[in-house]
Amino acid sequence: MNPEINFEHRQAAHCENGVVSNLLRYYGVDLSEPMIFGIGSGLFFSHMPFLKVDGIPVTSFRPLPGIIFSRIAHRLHIDFAKRKFRRSPRKAMEELDKNLIKGIPTGMLVGVYHLSYFPKPYRFHFNAHNIVVYGKENDTYKISDPIMENVSELKYKELMRVRYAKGVFAPKGHMYWVNKMPETIDLPKAIHKGITQTCKHMLTIPVPLFGVKGIRYMAKQVRNYPHKLNPKKAALFTGQIVRAQEEIGTGGAGFRYMYAAFLQEAANVTGNDKLRELSFEMTAIGDSWREFATITGRIVKNRNKADESYDHAADKLLKIADKEEKFFKELQNSIR
Amino acid sequence: MKTKEVPQDDANMMRGKWKDPIYTLDEDGNYTTSYSLGWEVKNAVMQQAWDNINEKVEETKRKVVNGELSPIAYYMEKNIMDVALLAKYMGLWRWTVKKHLKPKHFNKLPQKTMEQYADIFNITAEQLKDIEALKRTENDNE
Repeated sequence: MNPEINFEHRQAAHCENGVVSNLLRYYGVDLSEPMIFGIGSGLFFSHMPFLKVDGIPVTSFRPLPGIIFSRIAHRLHIDFAKRKFRRSPRKAMEELDKNLIKGIPTGMLVGVYHLSYFPKPYRFHFNAHNIVVYGKENDTYKISDPIMENVSELKYKELMRVRYAKGVFAPKGHMYWVNKMPETIDLPKAIHKGITQTCKHMLTIPVPLFGVKGIRYMAKQVRNYPHKLNPKKAALFTGQIVRAQEEIGTGGAGFRYMYAAFLQEAANVTGNDKLRELSFEMTAIGDSWREFATITGRIVKNRNKADESYDHAADKLLKIADKEEKFFKELQNSIR
Repeated sequence: MKTKEVPQDDANMMRGKWKDPIYTLDEDGNYTTSYSLGWEVKNAVMQQAWDNINEKVEETKRKVVNGELSPIAYYMEKNIMDVALLAKYMGLWRWTVKKHLKPKHFNKLPQKTMEQYADIFNITAEQLKDIEALKRTENDNE
């Protein structure tokens, strides 16, 4: 049997938003990527110097993987079924086949490193990538990977391998699908919840690593890099911030442009014109992040020499933190 | 960012096969999705990350050729792994994998273990053992 589901693939910037957006559209609810991102409170900031990957501190412009997904399910009242198969890759593949025969497009977590169709410069050991499998022909699975322009294919063995990638966030065959859609969706209410949480998380988490405080903390760290690290390492640490910021999936400037697009859409849905104004401000903040990246680009190009640009970069970050603080306070007030 | 300002600096990083979606403002102030072939700044930081990896790979290759480390060390670096990750893929303790990085222990490994390693690195057991061939390879992790 060769099941194939009539699944419409659309490219997105970010995999988690993209998979949710594509799955919901299959069930007749057409929400854009920025809308999913905003409702799921996808915008965030954290800088964790003690948490290192390959010896480089982790900076992130979004919450942990999977969180946008669960918030969307909660806020739009969508019932998702989820399963993990810790020990049995074969069973994980059998269950997937059963779903496909029933005509259920199935989302799953995979590791990126062994994804054969993925662009090579992006193939690191990142394990929280989302795809939808929507068909099978003999030994080949039909894949809708929201990062890609077109649909892709994976052989049985390849798919099993990426579903059982090892390391941080190992997917362990995790898969999910829509069990039941709600009868109605209260979009303005979901938007309100999404915005409220984003503001709260950016402004009030009482740990200096997160939100606006996290940006200030990182500024301090960046200022110190040339004093406590050798030039090469200092450049590598700073470069990593920009890699996280401009990584695939961010839609540019650490998700700030995507959030601006969300606010504009939210203004149209709710009729709150203030949100449209604020969307332009968020765009300006995104532009500031790109300016920070440009300074970093110069540091990276001169990486074997001592460089005075670190102060310049740190100052820029402090300015961004001020702007974001003011922005999220205004945003909070605009939806009261 | 405005749609018309989207950078298109390819630099052949993606071999022309890839475009990043970016959310931008069009001339009427509405958001659209634009596609960027690349951005000079982003190319620089990505190149930096790959240079860093390639340096480690080259350094490890030298040590393997000199007989200080086993070929497993080379393929581990080439696959951007560390001992912890490789141990998880193998289902072994870290110290066991560390032991296998030494040529002395590597040479005594049973064929089955060799094949298991080779499978993780997507090569054959023969390729894994062939240090002579390693000497001739150029760095192709680009």
